[in-house]
Formats: sequence, structure tokens, C-alpha cells
Amino acid sequence: MAHVWSPLKVHAMLHLDMDKAKISVSHGAGGRMMQELIKEIASIIENKKTRDGRGIDVLEDAGIANINGTKIAFTTDSYTVDPIFFPGGSIGKLAVCGTINDLAVMGAKPLALTLALVLEEGFPMAELKKIVMDINKEVKKANVAIISGDTKVMEKGKIDKIIINTAGIGIVRYDVSDYYARPGDKVMVSGSIGDHGMALLARRFKFETKLKSDCSSIASMALSLLKTGGIRVMKDPTRGGLAACLNEIAEKSKVDMVVYEDKVPIKEEVRSVGEVLGIDPMHTACEGRCVIIAKEEKAEEILNMAKRFDRNASIIGDVVKGSGKVFIETKIGSKRYLESPIGELYPRIC
Amino acid sequence: MSSCKEKDMARDILRDIKKLGIKKEVRIMEVCGTHTQTIARYGIKNILPENIKLISGPGCPVCVTPASHVDLAIKLAEEEDVIITTYGDAYKLPGSEKSLAEVGKNVKIVYSVDEVIEMCRAQRDKEFVHLSIGFETTAPAIASVLLKNPELENFSIIPSNKLIPPAMQYLIKNDCKIDGFICPGHVSAIIGAKPYERIAKVYEKPCVISGFEAIDVLKSILMILNQIKNNISKVEIEYKRLVKYEGNKIAREKMDKVFKASNAYWRGIGNIPSSGLKLRNRFKRFDAPKRYKIKLKDAKEIKPGCLCSKIIVGNALPTQCKLFRKECTPYKPYGPCMVSVEGACNVAFRYG
Repeated sequence: MAHVWSPLKVHAMLHLDMDKAKISVSHGAGGRMMQELIKEIASIIENKKTRDGRGIDVLEDAGIANINGTKIAFTTDSYTVDPIFFPGGSIGKLAVCGTINDLAVMGAKPLALTLALVLEEGFPMAELKKIVMDINKEVKKANVAIISGDTKVMEKGKIDKIIINTAGIGIVRYDVSDYYARPGDKVMVSGSIGDHGMALLARRFKFETKLKSDCSSIASMALSLLKTGGIRVMKDPTRGGLAACLNEIAEKSKVDMVVYEDKVPIKEEVRSVGEVLGIDPMHTACEGRCVIIAKEEKAEEILNMAKRFDRNASIIGDVVKGSGKVFIETKIGSKRYLESPIGELYPRIC
Repeated sequence: MSSCKEKDMARDILRDIKKLGIKKEVRIMEVCGTHTQTIARYGIKNILPENIKLISGPGCPVCVTPASHVDLAIKLAEEEDVIITTYGDAYKLPGSEKSLAEVGKNVKIVYSVDEVIEMCRAQRDKEFVHLSIGFETTAPAIASVLLKNPELENFSIIPSNKLIPPAMQYLIKNDCKIDGFICPGHVSAIIGAKPYERIAKVYEKPCVISGFEAIDVLKSILMILNQIKNNISKVEIEYKRLVKYEGNKIAREKMDKVFKASNAYWRGIGNIPSSGLKLRNRFKRFDAPKRYKIKLKDAKEIKPGCLCSKIIVGNALPTQCKLFRKECTPYKPYGPCMVSVEGACNVAFRYG
């Protein structure tokens, strides 16, 4: 996923030696280990951006290429998810919404996608059809087109069921960036946190819950909010959750943030599944939410508008002077760091 | 509970703690790893008066699981082609040379033992061995599964369950400086309050069974300090919404049918009498070491330079370890307390 690329936070010595180390699941989990891996990969690539554009030199949710004065946002993302059909969506819906959202949070109006399918031998055609129908539905809803595609089949056991890659382009309408947060700004979320990740975990561990993934396109909401002119940063808190997303913005913008725990909207069921599994909802993925850093004077207006799309939209914190740290004021009034998750989230035992 | 109310409650409890006017240093051990998490997550240490010290105890089941048991699981996965099932947080627990995460095959993460049973039924041609770690909370579940499925032929366990009260007594007898205990909530829901009576009466250490919310822990601290102030020591239950004095009799009966207490090795601490659970003879066919005729070998429990054996008994802080945040991180844990989200070093790393 493009959206969690960010420079390494130097909290710990990670010793990633690409000549010797092996890839582990944690390198894909959205936490600090993944950031380290991405930094290593990006350091090898020499051509990191187009002229006057933004690329993997700045590692944002999408790159931006300047074509004859028109700014085009361009992003790509590969999707694997277990289970492939989950409450509130499927890998197909996710593959469209995820890429559209990466474009939208860069201030772009999504235009077109590519669709590449890697299928495991023996994968039921009927399930593939269901997935493609989901893709079609989302594409129509978001008013974008799929203009190119590819399919590959791998021998049984070489991959797990299906991997989908989508790339997308959009026309940049608003200038937002992970690097633009300033002291005095307000930190906002567009809805409740952790629904997607916790719904999937609950399903994986066969808990009976009413939880649904929040997987959805946020493009139309994003574009309406951006119209206010009061937004400096927009970012979707996918893998690594809210904690990773805020830390990334704070580091890139070289500011600190204070988040008020009692202001962060977390559904009761998300909270309780998290408690049982020992997994913090602030570390679990959302797939239809965005974090907004807004100018103070516009914050109320943006919040009221965001509430029309989702009544759980909330102002959760402040941007303050600093050097890239995120603090949380806990519900009993104490303060601590809100750290990015480290690697894969493993449920605990008791 | 609304958070506004919680803030007020926290303020009231802190005011009451200060009102007690205790000036000497008081060392309170939270035995259970989940409490360690709550304390760090809500920043409880930061708001307590400086003379009230909270010390993490041995109640993180992953931390105290011997490397020899991990080695055994690895051997089975690699050489016997059986599938090892483990709780997620033990996945990266280092054995002598490596962890289950580094085996690369035949290892599956599960949340509960019921999941393993489902797998056993679905894949009759495969054999499954569950790394059965945990305290009195997980043991009844294992016992219940064995009682319910006596016919299962492709299932066994590496018995590594442990008992909390014997470990607490061991710490006191071995001169750990502790003035009172925050006793585990879930464990006590099974065993009740009675097993702590000896600790309160004979060793004169106040014991309070606590829930896992920030307010629960703060209240429990106040209750312990109250006892200290009034020179009494007894067992109190703060976590009344879940824990009854007599505990859960049915769960205990199941445990007793399947297991009997035995000596056990606690990683970093040593052998503690009657602190482990071994399978009774009737159930020995479920005992993986016997079934596969593998002897537990001496293992590298605490590697050179690692302070875990002091940290686990409250005699050192994670930050005093030279390897902390350097050679030892949650990415690649060197010592056992860095592995689980409940381990003292892991908690210290994340909440700093």
C-alpha cells in the first residue's frame, strides 16, 4: 500500500541488513518494520520523481506527476486479505476503494484504475465472479473507469487464493501534503476508528459480533471537505491504524500532536473485541476513514460538514510545536506517547 | 462509563491516596501482565505520588514459558511433521536457537484451543500439538477440551500451564521487596480469593484482586495503601463484577480432573514447587513429550547479558538492561520479556 510509506522513525535501532535479512510478515503490517523496509527499497531506486513532481522522495499516499501544467496523482496498491469476503465488503471492494482513497487524500479527483488479478489454481470461478461484480459496483459508485487489466494464474499453493493489484490516476484539485501540518492546527477523524481491522479479526477468530468493515470510498466526502480550503493534510489510516498515520504526519511535518483519548470515536464493540484480543483499536486498520489536519479557524466548519457524511466525525487533538512525536492524553488525565505499532498484530493469550 | 466521569473518579482516588499521607516508599507488584499493560497504556505511574512504586511481576505467561518447551515444539514441527498451534503472542518467543516464527512450516497461530480441535476434525490425517501455555485462565479451557473429546487421536499438548499463587509466595520467600500485590483478575475469577489468604495472613502482604480498567487499578492501589496505612493485611476484591470469593468451582473441578500440580520451571526465575500443571495418568496420551517420546533438554533460558531474570521478579527495570531497545526489541526479541504485549520489556518499549 502506498499510503504508509514514510521515513523511518529513529526510536529503535532496527538493523535491517538487506544482504542478509529475510522478509517477515511484520514487514507488511504497517508498522515501523514496514517503514524501514520501504526506506531501504526507496534508497536503491535513483529516479524517484518526475520533473516538478512528487514521488518516492517524499513517500506520500500517491505520487504526483506534472504533465503540461496538469497535476496527475498516480498510485498503486496490492490487496491480500483473509477472509476475502468479510462483513461489510470483499477484497474486490477493498481493491477499488483503497486506491481511490489514496488518490482522494492527495486532493485528487479519481479518474481511472487498472486491475490486475493473480489467482491460485483451483480458485472457484463463482467467487471470482462475485469479486469482479463488487469491483464493478464500486467503480460505478465512484464514477471511475477501469481502463486496463491483467490476469495471472499461479500453481496451487504458490499464493493464497487471490491477490489484486490496482493502480489509479486522478487529477489533483487541491494542494494537501503530509508535510503541511502546523502548530495550532486541529486533528480530526472522519468517523469511528478501527472498524475494518477489528471486524476482520473478530471474523478470523469466530467471534459473534455485529461489527462491519468501514471499507468504502471517501472520495466524494474528501472533495467536499477540501472545497472549504481549510485542510492542510488528509490521510487514510489503513494498516498501522490511527497511531501510525498520526506519527507519520507528525514526523514529516516536524510537529508534535496531542490526542485526547476521550475524544477519539471508537465503537463499543471494536473496543471490546480489542480488549479480548489485546489489540489496540488505534493500531488497527480503517478502510473508509480519513485523518484531517485542519486550520484552526476552519475546523468547526469542516467538522460540521464531515458530520453530514458520518455523525462520528470528531476533532480529536491539536498540533503543537515539536519534533515529530504524538502524545495521547489518557482518559484518566495522564499523558504518554502514542506509538506506531511495531509489526504484525498478534492476539494475546489471556 | 463516560470518560468525563472517569477523569473525575481518577482525580478523587488520587486525592484519597494523597490524603493517606504515606511518606515511605511503597512497592506494589502487579502480578499480571494485563495489569502491566493497563498501567502503561493509561500512564498510571505518571500520576501516582513518587513514593508509590509499581513493579511488574511474573504474570506474563509467555515470559515464563521455558525455552526448552519452545525447543520441543520446534523439534516436533521440523522433525515429526506435526502441526504446532500456538497463541499469537508466543509465536516469537525465543527458544535456545530460534522461535516458532522462524520455523517456516507447520506452525499455526490460534486464539483458542477450540480452534485447534476444529482443525483436528477437519484434517484427520494430520497431527496437531498445542503449546499449552498460560495460567489458571487457560487451563480450564484445555481441560474441558480433553474431557469433551476423549476420542481425539490426532491431538496432544505440550503441558506448560502454570499457577500464580505459588509464584507469588516464591517471590516473597526469596526476598523480593514487595509491600502489596495487585492480584490478577481473570485468574482470580477461576481460583477465587482464598489462595491469596496465606500471602495476606502469613506473609502480611495486602492483596487486592483488581479489574483491568484504569479506574480498577487505581482503586486497587488505594485499597492496598489503605491496608498499609492501617497496618492490616487481608485479601480484598476490587473486581467484584467478575470475581467471587469462591471463584469458579466448575472450572476448577475440570482442571482437577485433568491436571495435577507439579514442580515447574519458570523462565528467568527457576523451579517453583507445585506451580505447574501436569496431565494426570488418565490423560497421558495427550502429553506430547510422551507421545512422541521426546525428552525435554536443557535449554538456553536466559542468554548472556539479558536482565529478564531480574525484571520478571521486580528486581530490575527494563530500562536498566543494556540490551533494551538495542539488541533486544519487539522486532527481534532477545529476552522472553520483550515478546508478548504483556511482557514488562515489551510494554516499556512501546509506552516508553
